[in-house]
Amino acid sequence: MLAAAAPPLAFLAVAFVWPLAAVTRRALSTGALAEVLTDPGLRSVAWFTLWQAALSTALTMAVALPMAGVLARYRFPGRALVQAVVTVPFVLPTVVVGAAFLAVLPVRWHGTVAAILLAHVFFNYAVVVRVVGALWQHLDPRLDEAARMLGAPPWRVFTDVTLPLLRPALVAAASVVFLFTFTSFGAVLLLGGPRHPTLEVEIYRLTVARFDLPAAAAVALLQLAFLAALLGWWTWSQGRHARALRLRPASTSRPPRTRGERLWVTGNLAVAVLLLGIPLARLVQRSLQVGEGYGLAWWRLLDDRASTLGAAPLDALATSLRTAAVATAAAVVLGGLAAVAVAASGRLGRVLDTGLMLPLGTSAVTAGFGLLLVSGRLGLRGSWVLVPLAHALVALPFVVRTALPVLRSIDPRQREAAALLGASRWWVWWTVDRAALVRPLLVGAGFAFAVSMGEFGATAFLARRGTPTLPVAITDLLGRPGAANAGQAYALAVLLAVVVTAVVLVVERARRDGDGFW
Amino acid sequence: MTLRLEQVTVCLGGRAVLDAVDLEVGDGEIVALVGPSGAGKSTLLRAVAGLQTLDAGRVTWDDHDLAHTPPHRRRFGLVFQDQQLFPHQDVAGNVGFGLRMQHRPRAAVAARVQELLGLVGLAGFEHRRVDTLSGGEQQRVALARALAPEPVLLLLDEPLGALDRDLRDRLAVEVRALLTSLGTTAIHVTHDLDEAATVGDRTVRLPSPGPAPTSR
Repeated sequence: MLAAAAPPLAFLAVAFVWPLAAVTRRALSTGALAEVLTDPGLRSVAWFTLWQAALSTALTMAVALPMAGVLARYRFPGRALVQAVVTVPFVLPTVVVGAAFLAVLPVRWHGTVAAILLAHVFFNYAVVVRVVGALWQHLDPRLDEAARMLGAPPWRVFTDVTLPLLRPALVAAASVVFLFTFTSFGAVLLLGGPRHPTLEVEIYRLTVARFDLPAAAAVALLQLAFLAALLGWWTWSQGRHARALRLRPASTSRPPRTRGERLWVTGNLAVAVLLLGIPLARLVQRSLQVGEGYGLAWWRLLDDRASTLGAAPLDALATSLRTAAVATAAAVVLGGLAAVAVAASGRLGRVLDTGLMLPLGTSAVTAGFGLLLVSGRLGLRGSWVLVPLAHALVALPFVVRTALPVLRSIDPRQREAAALLGASRWWVWWTVDRAALVRPLLVGAGFAFAVSMGEFGATAFLARRGTPTLPVAITDLLGRPGAANAGQAYALAVLLAVVVTAVVLVVERARRDGDGFW
Repeated sequence: MTLRLEQVTVCLGGRAVLDAVDLEVGDGEIVALVGPSGAGKSTLLRAVAGLQTLDAGRVTWDDHDLAHTPPHRRRFGLVFQDQQLFPHQDVAGNVGFGLRMQHRPRAAVAARVQELLGLVGLAGFEHRRVDTLSGGEQQRVALARALAPEPVLLLLDEPLGALDRDLRDRLAVEVRALLTSLGTTAIHVTHDLDEAATVGDRTVRLPSPGPAPTSR
């Protein structure tokens, strides 16, 4: 089965390792790194990237933690629905989030740090609710009662018992949110304006606006080094704080009893509705708002070939669907092969597994930039293949993550039984493993499709003029003046949000418990 | 300093788990509460602790109605059958928890923890992780933790239920000695009549649950 590892490894080498090596070489060979490291302008960009990520993380934790507790501890009508709905923002493309906040915030807030922070809280709320809530609902509520009986008022129970016990989930959630906000690109590009670039935006600006590839490479290398350090620290601290918790099956929730509890639940639900609902509602409203009234004028303009994009905006949907189809096919084939190889081999499999996860920890902008650098040598300069190639790279970890747990959970006795019945090795694989793989691969395909539809960081470098994907078209239109451009952008954003949400909802329904982490 | 339950009724899932129960526990008295499983022994303790709201009746301490006193202000201690030790703290951290909630100075906390660990026969265990202790040791830590803040009433919910026969008999004697030496008022819940006789000054029986349960 190890032969199955060859195609994904080759893909990883060409689409990931080589581009990153090219970025590194470019950065080191020209002395750009020294220049970048001593440039006060860039130092302030790095500093801003760091503190906005830290502040975004802190704010997200503060807003989402109470909701995680409410969903873990209380039972109320509509809880399952709430749980599903709070997850939606996370799967929305960053460009849609950016557009929604442009739509909801007054113009004087555009280009401010506050706008960036709000969008980051919106986007990552679900991460904290899901990751922390998953552990919280398994904590024994009688530990809280033990603390109460020892004289602890509710807030001390929270600080002295609940928080320390939640620590592993808190660290995990905070790390993920920090990672996402540190490498956030689409939302920052749209909302931060020229005054608040992050490292990601700076790489993009240096490449596209200034054509200073060595400097862009140097910034990308800096970013990579920082992310590697962060992931290293994370792995280390997770291992260090492992502690055996006596977890209970998740049946610890109960209806809110006192008036205070009911108020707390209602209050948190209200925050969720305000934070998550209003930007999206406003996005839809703005796509329908024509002058003083409402109408479908902007939606009708979507198939207008005379659009400022140089093509009909609706063509961007076709481009995105085509791209997503190719990227999904590639990710499913390569991811399926990789999962089979990883499941079948021991140590080597784990190395492959880790290698496949690396694109997740790398910024999409850096990956896209690297692909751009090597595209000439690949004979693909300006080719349409580059975009789905990059998307497949980003989507691959999702497919592997979905398929691998299923393969690992196959009882070896099933294979032995098949072999004893006289099946050949190949036939055993076909009847047992392949049968088990169909469903997770379909789920993985759904995720890959959604990821590809929304991908913006890498696409921004690789999309060809004249055939933008949906996120690129939305950003492009939002950058142009005029109500018609904005209206079309909002309409496209609604379209993209609907497609992605529909795909994810179908996937969620098809997913069984235990079909991987996502 | 008397605990009084008057016509206490608690319904869970549409069934009256406690149906108009009366009980009085005098100052320094140890009452052993026995009854088959499902008779509402634990629910009664939770009602006294304030962890369970009453559907009818009242609980008074020193003739003062506790309806509006939250659990952490009642100054009652509770020992769970499965201990519920805090896994993120060592033995000293667990025993000192209630003392820290009273804002006692650090040195006073350390001294009291040492004293309590000596009382339950675990001197020198301060810095052990709680998940490295045996079942009996964990139960002693739980007892020390509940006693440390000097509760006016100690509620013990089958604290020896998970231990083997031999250990249970020995610990029952120790618990009795400890409670009488400290003069602590206590309700000790068990389903074991021997244990009830060993620990309690008197035994109160909760009737089996039935379609028409009666108390007294």
